[in-house]
Amino acid sequence: MPTESLVEIRGLNFAYDTDSGPRKVLEGIDMSFHKGKVVAIMGGSGCGKTTLLRLIGGQLRPSAGEVKVAGHAVHRMNTRELYALRRRMGMLFQFGALFTDMSVFDNVAFQMREHTDLPEELIRDMVLLKLQAVGLRGAAGLMPNELSGGMARRVALARAVALDPMLIMYDEPFTGLDPISLGVIGQLIRKLNDALGATSIMVTHDIQESLQIVDYIYFMSAGRVVAQGTPDEIRASRDPFVHQFVHAEADGPVPFHYPAVSVADSLLGGVRG
Amino acid sequence: MADLLRRLGASLVDRIWQLGFASRFFWAVLRYSGQCLTRPNLTVREVYFSGVLSLLIITVSGLFVGMVLGLQGYETLQRFGSSEALGILVALSLVRELGPVVAALLFASRAGSSITAEIGLMKATEQLKAMDMMAVNPLARVVAPRFWGGVISMPFLAALFSAMGVFGGWLVGVVLIGVDDGAFWSQMQASVDFREDILNGVIKSVVFGAAVSWISVFEGYDSAPTAEGVSRAITRTVVTSALVILALDVVLTSFMFRGA
Repeated sequence: MPTESLVEIRGLNFAYDTDSGPRKVLEGIDMSFHKGKVVAIMGGSGCGKTTLLRLIGGQLRPSAGEVKVAGHAVHRMNTRELYALRRRMGMLFQFGALFTDMSVFDNVAFQMREHTDLPEELIRDMVLLKLQAVGLRGAAGLMPNELSGGMARRVALARAVALDPMLIMYDEPFTGLDPISLGVIGQLIRKLNDALGATSIMVTHDIQESLQIVDYIYFMSAGRVVAQGTPDEIRASRDPFVHQFVHAEADGPVPFHYPAVSVADSLLGGVRG
Repeated sequence: MADLLRRLGASLVDRIWQLGFASRFFWAVLRYSGQCLTRPNLTVREVYFSGVLSLLIITVSGLFVGMVLGLQGYETLQRFGSSEALGILVALSLVRELGPVVAALLFASRAGSSITAEIGLMKATEQLKAMDMMAVNPLARVVAPRFWGGVISMPFLAALFSAMGVFGGWLVGVVLIGVDDGAFWSQMQASVDFREDILNGVIKSVVFGAAVSWISVFEGYDSAPTAEGVSRAITRTVVTSALVILALDVVLTSFMFRGA
């Protein structure tokens, strides 16, 4: 990827503090997200993908290493600087996270009203344009509880790009969607990224959809990057982990069984976990 | 035994830790309250949800409590031949104690629980995180207006409760039982002091309002982001609020009415 990178992650370690001591989630992560590209971070549930997004957004601080966005080390910023940076970021949450006490229109207008002094007429036009881009201009007056899962995700997408961000992050954008909605969201992610000249980071485990729309893929397992490449390289890869993931095999480098004592010991000696 | 002590100790440390976190949270809410002044419509909206929507329960409860006071008060006073003092008894009981305390208990059940539920569900559905990622501080935008909405609403609700209670007492004592109307009102007017009774009652209601609102917003913000976590937080709001209101009432009363 020859272009300049917008997000740089170097030597990143992260652990959650728990009652029984620190629990390592990410270890030695190195990643680059280049401007204008759509990059997917893939891996099984619980491998630290969402944590990584929260580290890029500055909602968590790394235990070691650094995360740089547009040249600034996110973890060294104070709240004011962080909020200034986040105004140039958009994020789509797993289930949309729409504000349930506001209409679709007000959800998309939220950031414009909070961060700009634009007159209401202009905000109205901008919101309708954003909703038009996701095909939901006609749903502007609906409340979030009147939307289907796919529609809610599209509204959340319109809200995420409301202020034309330089970086858009997607946390599991395809979860729980029917095949049509899934295709629509996938195409929108690609089109909006290109139209806005933004950079997109997409955390997902939907391999087939991702291979069609992204420029680059990182595979993660147990908090580490285990494989990476363009969609063509991934398709041709002989790496056992990538093979298991792409072909949805139940067992392989990612084991089917949760670590436990042997079956014989469990059955003969009682369940000891 | 050692295990029991260990668990008790752990629970105590946990409570102290929680109290410390709640205090820091309270301080943060105060720090981010500036927006409530610059954008008063945010607070006015919460006054509507906490205060205006609680009017019905406060009005009806106040009326019933006043009616019971009228009945019970008359029953006792007439034994000593001083049933005309019914107005004083009803008014002082309400203005000094029952108004602020019962209104605060009702406020905690009606508005406090709904504040906790709303903030807890916003947290569970990642709305607070989303707001934070949009560079909008949820403490300033969501929590502080709800806190101040509660603080502002509470004295008005307590005053309404007391007024309806006095009306209820009058209805039972004067209209139904036949206590002298003039004596009921004139004795009340002569004996209820503005500073000693009414102002102290207002101070109590403001303190209770702040306590209930603090507990409600904190429990919502601190709730585990699951259905069970939110429901536990709502229970904690109602139970803790009730205990705190009654404990604060003892403290405030002992300072306010020393031999007066």
